[in-house]
Amino acid sequence: MTSVPHSNQQPVVPTGRPPKPKKERARKGESLQGYTFMLPTILIMLVFTLIPIGYSLFLSFTRVNLFGGVSFEFTGLTNYSNALQDERVWIALKNTVRYVAFVVPIQTIIALIMAAVLNSGIRFQNTFRTIYFLPTLTSSSALTMIFMFLFSLNGPVNNALVSVGILPEPINFVNETQFALASIMVMNIWATVPYYMTIYLAGLQDIPKSLYEAADLDGANAWQKLTKITVPNLAPITNYVILMGLIGCFQLFDQAYIISGGSGGPNNATLTFSLLIYQYAFKTLGTMGYASALAILLTIVIFTVSMIARRLNKEESHY
Amino acid sequence: MKPKKWPRVLLYCVLILYGLVTLYPFLWAVLAAFKPYAEIVSGGLNLLPEKPTLDNFAYIFTRDPLFPKWVMNTFIVATTGTILNVIFNTMAGYSLARLRFAGRNYWFLLILAVMMVPGQILLIPNYLIMKSLGLLDSYSALILPGAINFAYIFMMRQFFINFPKEIEEAAQVDGLNRFQTFWKIVFPMARPAVATQAIFIFLGFWNEFMKPLLYITSPEKYTLTLGLQSFQSQNATQWNYIMAASVVSIIPIIILYILLNRYFMQGLRIGGDK
Repeated sequence: MTSVPHSNQQPVVPTGRPPKPKKERARKGESLQGYTFMLPTILIMLVFTLIPIGYSLFLSFTRVNLFGGVSFEFTGLTNYSNALQDERVWIALKNTVRYVAFVVPIQTIIALIMAAVLNSGIRFQNTFRTIYFLPTLTSSSALTMIFMFLFSLNGPVNNALVSVGILPEPINFVNETQFALASIMVMNIWATVPYYMTIYLAGLQDIPKSLYEAADLDGANAWQKLTKITVPNLAPITNYVILMGLIGCFQLFDQAYIISGGSGGPNNATLTFSLLIYQYAFKTLGTMGYASALAILLTIVIFTVSMIARRLNKEESHY
Repeated sequence: MKPKKWPRVLLYCVLILYGLVTLYPFLWAVLAAFKPYAEIVSGGLNLLPEKPTLDNFAYIFTRDPLFPKWVMNTFIVATTGTILNVIFNTMAGYSLARLRFAGRNYWFLLILAVMMVPGQILLIPNYLIMKSLGLLDSYSALILPGAINFAYIFMMRQFFINFPKEIEEAAQVDGLNRFQTFWKIVFPMARPAVATQAIFIFLGFWNEFMKPLLYITSPEKYTLTLGLQSFQSQNATQWNYIMAASVVSIIPIIILYILLNRYFMQGLRIGGDK
């Protein structure tokens, strides 16, 4: 619900406001008022966003010592070159990329399908929407608790699978190397689909009905209408959904932290890039500067992947 | 273009199935909160409790020394944070939309740009800044950095651009100055937009996990999300208590969702317009 609108909102910027002849004094007064209204925003943005961006860059070239006060030792590019040789960085990167590669496409497709179903002229649309949205409202913390319970040794998932005969004996999903990350994937797809579904729904309502009527006259079936009308017309929305999905998934932290108790275990299976940054910054001594370098690298990765996704999407939507 | 009969049945099947997938985990959680420990670990497949009990809730509220505090802390932080956001975001949005001051467009572009900055890059410097301001382990550390929200500043700006100017001019004719006009006339009239942002900001504070994890060290100052996590690591497999605590942490949000559904849907539409 919180992101940057792009081109479609831009024209509203009131640059061409009709010039009203005003006295110089009134102008000055208005400038003062303008800054008074903006003051809290400017201060908070300065202290907690703008300064930290520069600070973060600076930290990434230093070794930070937290004994007593805070002191820095300039180390040049050492942090960055260390990152390339750090085995845990590569493990975290692999886990994160695997997570992104599964979750983003699956959640996008399910969201699109569910939005199309909801928009197909069925009744009780609002009731269904209201129910579907519940997981998105719930905190990552409570959701992870619920899923840890469901997937626990005595939990309903194991009980069901064992009683049906799929599993010979219960599996401790959350503590098994091969299942831990997959559990998080399932949970997060389940939790984020409703949000993107809502965004798709708004987009679907903007597609002119006449397109579908024309297709009906031509004898198109439901599948053809979906692939030839719905999907191409939703391209800009898909672009947005994929971008937001990528950015969100690359930052996966809460669930990985809670499931592993902050360790990224079992066997580094839930060690995501953000969790690794957290560990180096706050759990081991003397690696805060190194963690800053990793944060910068993560930011670069996110920006690059977003740019590529945007480029690919643009090319595709030419068809 | 009503679908034919059999695809219609299929559509409803998909919808109901997805509804079940959505509700099923919640149902298990809620009902487990009413089950005694023995019933949960016995591994039955019964969704409904055989011997429903309120003991789990009684335990977390009376025997656990910290849980009630966490509920209070979360209310304090989320409410204060929401009030500050509503005031600051609305002021900034109004200023960017209505007041002509030097550098206004630059500030606006800057706000658009910083919306793109991922949170991870701010974590470490913000921690050090909090440390040097002496704010670590205080509610202020949770509230201050989130006391403004760029996306809602943007939303309020869009709202005020379409706001009828005549109303403010009439107020000025009546002798109100800019600040009086804003507080007495404009702010009250912006209520729908303000309500929408208030809900989502409250939700954001309520569900925040990372900030309390980084900034709060004393268990009696934890918020619910962090409390739940530490509660779980202390109580290991006492799922009856953990589920009761989780359910309690969700209830206020569900109540808000039901009472203010209209504004929720409005906020989603704003998200959807992008």
